[in-house]
Amino acid sequence: MILFENVTKKYGDTEVLRGIDLEMRRGEITILIGPSGCGKTTTLKMINKLTEPTGGKIFIEGRDIGELDPIELRRNIGYVIQQIGLFPHMTVGENIELVPFLKKWPKEKRVKRVRELLELVGMPEAEFMDRYPSELSGGQQQRVGVARALASDPEIVLMDEPFSALDPITREQLQEELFNLQQELHKTIVFVTHDIDEALKLGDRICIMRDGQILQFDVPEVLLKSPAHGFVEEFIGKKRLLSSPELMTAEDVMIKDPVKAHPKRTLAQAVEIMRSHGVDSVLIVDEDNKLFGIATARDISERFDEKKYLEEIYTKDVIHVPPDESLSKVLKIMAEKKIGYIPVVDEEGVLVGLITRSSLINVLGENYF
Amino acid sequence: MNILSEYISFMLERQDQILSLTGQHIYLTFTAVFLAILFAVPLGIAITRFEKVAGIVVGIANAVQALPSLALLGFLIPIMGIGSKPSVVMIFLYSLLPIIKNTYTGLTNVDRAILEAGKGMGMTNWQLMRMVQLPLALPVIMTGVRISAVTAVGLTTIAALIGAGGLGQLIYRGISMVNNKMIITGAVPAMVLTLIVDYLLNILERAVTPKGIKKK
Repeated sequence: MILFENVTKKYGDTEVLRGIDLEMRRGEITILIGPSGCGKTTTLKMINKLTEPTGGKIFIEGRDIGELDPIELRRNIGYVIQQIGLFPHMTVGENIELVPFLKKWPKEKRVKRVRELLELVGMPEAEFMDRYPSELSGGQQQRVGVARALASDPEIVLMDEPFSALDPITREQLQEELFNLQQELHKTIVFVTHDIDEALKLGDRICIMRDGQILQFDVPEVLLKSPAHGFVEEFIGKKRLLSSPELMTAEDVMIKDPVKAHPKRTLAQAVEIMRSHGVDSVLIVDEDNKLFGIATARDISERFDEKKYLEEIYTKDVIHVPPDESLSKVLKIMAEKKIGYIPVVDEEGVLVGLITRSSLINVLGENYF
Repeated sequence: MNILSEYISFMLERQDQILSLTGQHIYLTFTAVFLAILFAVPLGIAITRFEKVAGIVVGIANAVQALPSLALLGFLIPIMGIGSKPSVVMIFLYSLLPIIKNTYTGLTNVDRAILEAGKGMGMTNWQLMRMVQLPLALPVIMTGVRISAVTAVGLTTIAALIGAGGLGQLIYRGISMVNNKMIITGAVPAMVLTLIVDYLLNILERAVTPKGIKKK
């Protein structure tokens, strides 16, 4: 766990960081993101003491890093940079074993580790170990960069825009590979990027920064659903929610004032209500808007009697969902139960909306077309 | 044809003298350049750590370089007398600039990203210098050494002026006797020596270029 406590950084009169409090959790990918000059890279480089804070403290696993030897600290933290920074005069193998070499591991142990790592990043050892960086593609070079950062099996890995110099296809591949690697390794990764797509794809938690301050620090779902700041919303992009149906909930797609009727209404009145609203069903609620059930045009016509009341004919125990039910779940229920509508009801049983096929089409249509 | 055979026989007559003067020439040049490397490479490394001093050091070396060699010899005679000592010092001083400059440039031109990566992985300054900067800068440093050495072979001919010997001796004798054959007898071996030094150092330069950064 990495903890920032009121960390500031000044270069002369310029305040680069204005009192950052931040907790990066163990085993998670924490993304630092923001426009250039927001202080994200400065924040990252403070963790391995490439930059010293002007004020405040940083703790790693409870230890104040101000008191640690920078050389020793850096050897225990993986570091990947945008320009890759492989040593051109060393082979792939020599590059990867650098930190183990500095840590004076015996030769056999280093070679074994290099083999493991090359396999881990999907580069056959026989083919690549003795090649030079200049003989590799950009994507292969950065795979070696990642392998090098993992060489001494550090608990923490810092990644400073590691994929942004790569072409889009390679970038996507490496993002995917990093994600898969992380499922296996559970490192504490601090990842700087300016690419919000990358942040959402990789981040367990995303810290959005601007002008040396943290605007919002949360899991991607919360950032998308409730951006705390106009800038955050703008940065993430208003349309993004729409392009991620997995993040939409029942609340997002429901009709907020569905047609409803009190159980004490007569069937004739119910028909009139439906007709005037142009719908073929009506939700049955009491005066407190508590949902009792539903009456469809068919229910009514089958047992039509002007004098009957709705309470005598409506369908009880309708399938309903809470407002925060995911859209995919809603769609699944509708498909499984072969129903065309689902009322949305809060935990007190109060009706808050209705999802119908046409409301779904409206919302999705708005978002996609 | 006649002139050429005449010249060859002139040279063969003085074979021993030419050989011993060439030996002297090489000795003077080698000593001076070797000392210059010993002094200039560490100095070039040192000034990468002190950016402010770098300009001053390079400036001084530049000024020395700009000083006419004859004048420099003139300054050295009252201090060191005549003979090989002031000559070596003169050649030494002239050899400094290319080596200092190339060492400094070679080291500071190493890609910053590489240095940042190295530092971030926990290399000490000394390890960065020894394992990364020096190997990568070595070809550039060697170019400086080559320039110095080639210049030095030429400069050493002037050393004969103050009795240091070397191939310059034949040239000066030829000038004072108005004997072109004699001048050529000194000049041609000096020229050949220059080309050989250039060639050998070129090979060395390529040999020290790390495999990974060699152009194919």
